[in-house]
Amino acid sequence: MGMTIAEKIIARAAGLEAVHAGEIHTVALDYLMSNDGTTHLTIDMFNKLKHPRIADKDKLVWIVDHNVPCDSPKTAASQKKMRDFARENGITFYEGAGVCHQIMCEKHVVPGQLIFGADSHTCAYGALGAFGTGVGCTDYLYGMVTGGSWVMVPETLRFNLTGKLADRVTARDVILTIIGMIGANGANYHAMEFVGDGMKNLTMSDRISICNLCVEAGAKTALMEVDDITLNYLAAHGGRKPAACFKSDDDAVFEKTYDIDLSSIVPVVAKPHFVDNLAPVDDVKGVKINEAFLGSCNNGRIEDLRLGASIIKGHKVADKVRFLVVPASQEVYRQALHEGLLDIFMEAGAMVMNPNCSVCWGSCQGVIGEGEVLISTGTRNFKGRAGDKNSFVYLGSAATVTASAIAGEIVSPYTY
Amino acid sequence: MEQFTGKVWLLGDDIDTDIIIPTEYLALKTVQDMAPYGFSPLRPDLASQIKPGDIIVAGKNFGCGSSREQAPEVIKALGVRAVIARSYARIFFRNAINNGLLLIENDTLCDDVKEGDEITVRVGDCIEYAGRTYPISALPSNLLDILEAGGLVKAMQKLNGII
Amino acid sequence: MGSTLIEKIFAHNIGADSVKAGDIITVNVDRVMIHDIFIPFVKDKFEEMGFQKIWDPDRTVLIYDHLVPASQLDDPRHHHIGDEFCDKYGVRNVHRSDGICHQLMTEAGYVKPGDVAFGTDSHTVTYGCVGAFSTGIGYTEMASILGTGKLWVRVPETIRVNIKGTLPEGVTSKDVILTIIGDLRADGATYKSLEFTGSTVDAMSVASRMTMSNMTVECGAKCGLFSPDEKTAQYCGLTELDDFLKTLHGDDDAVYARVLNYRAEDFVPVMACPSQVDKIKPVSQVIAEASAMEEGSIVPSVGLIEDGTVRVDQVFIGSCTNGRLEDLEAAAAVLRGRQIAPFVKLIVTPASRKIYREALANGTLDILAGAGAMITTPGCGLCCGRTGGILTDNEVVVATNNRNFLGRMGTSKVNIYLASPVTAARCALAGKIVEG
Repeated sequence: MGMTIAEKIIARAAGLEAVHAGEIHTVALDYLMSNDGTTHLTIDMFNKLKHPRIADKDKLVWIVDHNVPCDSPKTAASQKKMRDFARENGITFYEGAGVCHQIMCEKHVVPGQLIFGADSHTCAYGALGAFGTGVGCTDYLYGMVTGGSWVMVPETLRFNLTGKLADRVTARDVILTIIGMIGANGANYHAMEFVGDGMKNLTMSDRISICNLCVEAGAKTALMEVDDITLNYLAAHGGRKPAACFKSDDDAVFEKTYDIDLSSIVPVVAKPHFVDNLAPVDDVKGVKINEAFLGSCNNGRIEDLRLGASIIKGHKVADKVRFLVVPASQEVYRQALHEGLLDIFMEAGAMVMNPNCSVCWGSCQGVIGEGEVLISTGTRNFKGRAGDKNSFVYLGSAATVTASAIAGEIVSPYTY
Repeated sequence: MEQFTGKVWLLGDDIDTDIIIPTEYLALKTVQDMAPYGFSPLRPDLASQIKPGDIIVAGKNFGCGSSREQAPEVIKALGVRAVIARSYARIFFRNAINNGLLLIENDTLCDDVKEGDEITVRVGDCIEYAGRTYPISALPSNLLDILEAGGLVKAMQKLNGII
Repeated sequence: MGSTLIEKIFAHNIGADSVKAGDIITVNVDRVMIHDIFIPFVKDKFEEMGFQKIWDPDRTVLIYDHLVPASQLDDPRHHHIGDEFCDKYGVRNVHRSDGICHQLMTEAGYVKPGDVAFGTDSHTVTYGCVGAFSTGIGYTEMASILGTGKLWVRVPETIRVNIKGTLPEGVTSKDVILTIIGDLRADGATYKSLEFTGSTVDAMSVASRMTMSNMTVECGAKCGLFSPDEKTAQYCGLTELDDFLKTLHGDDDAVYARVLNYRAEDFVPVMACPSQVDKIKPVSQVIAEASAMEEGSIVPSVGLIEDGTVRVDQVFIGSCTNGRLEDLEAAAAVLRGRQIAPFVKLIVTPASRKIYREALANGTLDILAGAGAMITTPGCGLCCGRTGGILTDNEVVVATNNRNFLGRMGTSKVNIYLASPVTAARCALAGKIVEG
């Protein structure tokens, strides 16, 4: 019986010839990523261990990205704990360099790896053919101390993509459409695998955007095959080489296969307060907004900023609307600077911010108040996610968000 | 002539507005919400210890720093009857007068008095403490006008004929 | 008998031949500035006072800067109240994300030489850099001005500060004003006007003068004035100084409460040490004192002693004091082609949207970002202590802003050193307090 990509990566990490869905295996981890959301808690638990030790410090990557720059003494203390521990133990450490998943994709992840991240959107690494999955502090700590963990091999849902996206329809519209189709728990415990002719029409940025959001359908991980687009990305980002490039076997078992014609996708919006509460943009046209957000690990890459800038050039942000533009990393920031995109946004009246999670995390950088409405390229629209518990978050693409920022209300991305 | 007696809380020189009410609490809805955080960077317990009628005695340059009017308002909200300091920063001084918080300048009391002791203030005349008297200088007439009106808001209400 | 600069501004404002220090006068207000933290309170007081309209909406400027980007759930409420206030009373001069109020008031042309302006912020003294009287007031007085267009002031005595010569390399106007504050102490100019003269200030850019005017409130001053000159005219978009503006200098035979004389060559890089703005020490002295302390120890009001100096955890370059293009350029000159020390955060917050764009265009932001700086969106940022780089116990921050009060940037055990952008950038590079 053949194997899926997910099975092959786990087999490799377990040192086995073959594994199959439903089995539980002990695996070695390639990376353990953790950010300032929870690392201080992991350190507290670590310090309570009888014989605290780090299995392999080089597997650890710690990234301060959630509250950057820091917004409170309490957070400052948590971040200091993380910084001091990283310094004392020689752990790879980033602060203010960007959103953790973007940094992992730019600098660390290579195909074939099995990676735990103490953050749910770790599934983004599937874009690079790596098995990334989110874990809690306890699992993280176990991995940190032993270098390994156990995983249950997931069933795979396969998405066969064909065709090409229409102008101003983005990968985000694709994944939001899929989540709307299968529901917020439609892929619980499963791997979501994306293949097909349509893949060649998706950039690495598109692929990260798709994989990143799979957790919103409940997926354990998301996976894609390695192709030239992947290899070129790796080459351009530090000349990295794959650990292993996997494709699912022809006789692998998929729980279900969906055929998605990319050319049939239309711009969509996830309405408050669930990611699968989906509607075509045209159905929510006219909803007044207070704030628009272009950024996050989902849509803060150079391609997203290019799209936004191409729409807003020559226009102004609507009166009384705040438009936050937050590049996902320092690399993206500088690239956007060199291409003149940051100036286009600043000239239009947007607020260009330092790379960080910003209002997607809803802590300090542009929180929304009571009764306010945000349209966002962030990952979630749960109640209170971006600020006050009585506020409203719509999720849309970079194009939809930018057009809405100009209009002051939700509009179609074709408006400008 | 008005007179009152109160317990002394003794503070030092250059008590700035960030000490009186830190910026992070300035966006709270009301001064009552802010009052529990009064003086918290310097003495976190002080706000809960101050009782209505108490008097703050301090050194030079009391209220230096920002223009935040919440500074005198928080002191008033804590029930402080008067502040007696060697000198005041100018914005704080104006804000206090405009809100009817009694400020008294005296050069020596802060060197003599001990925290927790009681002092008596005879407004416009002198302070009495441990058998000694400390003189109080008079305010300029335009400030007395505002104080007599009951603060600047009331003075403007009179101007607009609504009281 | 001659007049001081402030006496001339006030006399002109009220149409008198002359006024003298100690006079209590009622001035006609040319411009007022209100910022987002206090607008709800101004609105309440204004309406409580019974006013129906603003005396002159076009002389009123509302600027959102302290709460931008919003960091607490209640922050947007201030902006909604501000927006409603402007709609109701016809205020059109509103800046919602264009930068720090004090930068915008002169940059956007709201305040001109000779004007009388008030703002709901203590650093309103900044506009003295163009020869305008401006000072901070509370929200109740602001409400009364909005209704009447007038306010009483006592004409202040003047301390004249005369500086001659050329500043040494690496010494900026920030070092000058910090040194003066150290000499005058935090209350040394209370109720008074500071008037800056001499070849050193003549040679300064308006931006450098702005740094000095901005900080005069830290020694208690009511205002900190420079005579307008050709540079001022150019900065303010005036074709030339008119006859009145040409008279705006303190007469030598005016009565001065005090005259301070400085030689520019004597200035050195200095820092305001934790936690008073007037606790001024040469950077070399800060290092010398630290080197005498126990290596590895944490010293209260100093920080962690490491390598014979003080370890630096964070550097902040920004604020209405030092967030201008020349400040960012000075930092970039230090950091060009280099990387800040590991585990140090460098936060750069341009003072306005215009400055941000200029620094984008001329490559300054690219140099700073390339060195590892986080470039945040224009606003008050860390200086107002609500977000933008808050710290915790025993951490050390070297910052270019104007206040290092206890608890200003986090807990009361955070050690804040104020310095010039040059010194700040050097410290970011080294990860510790260094002089060169």
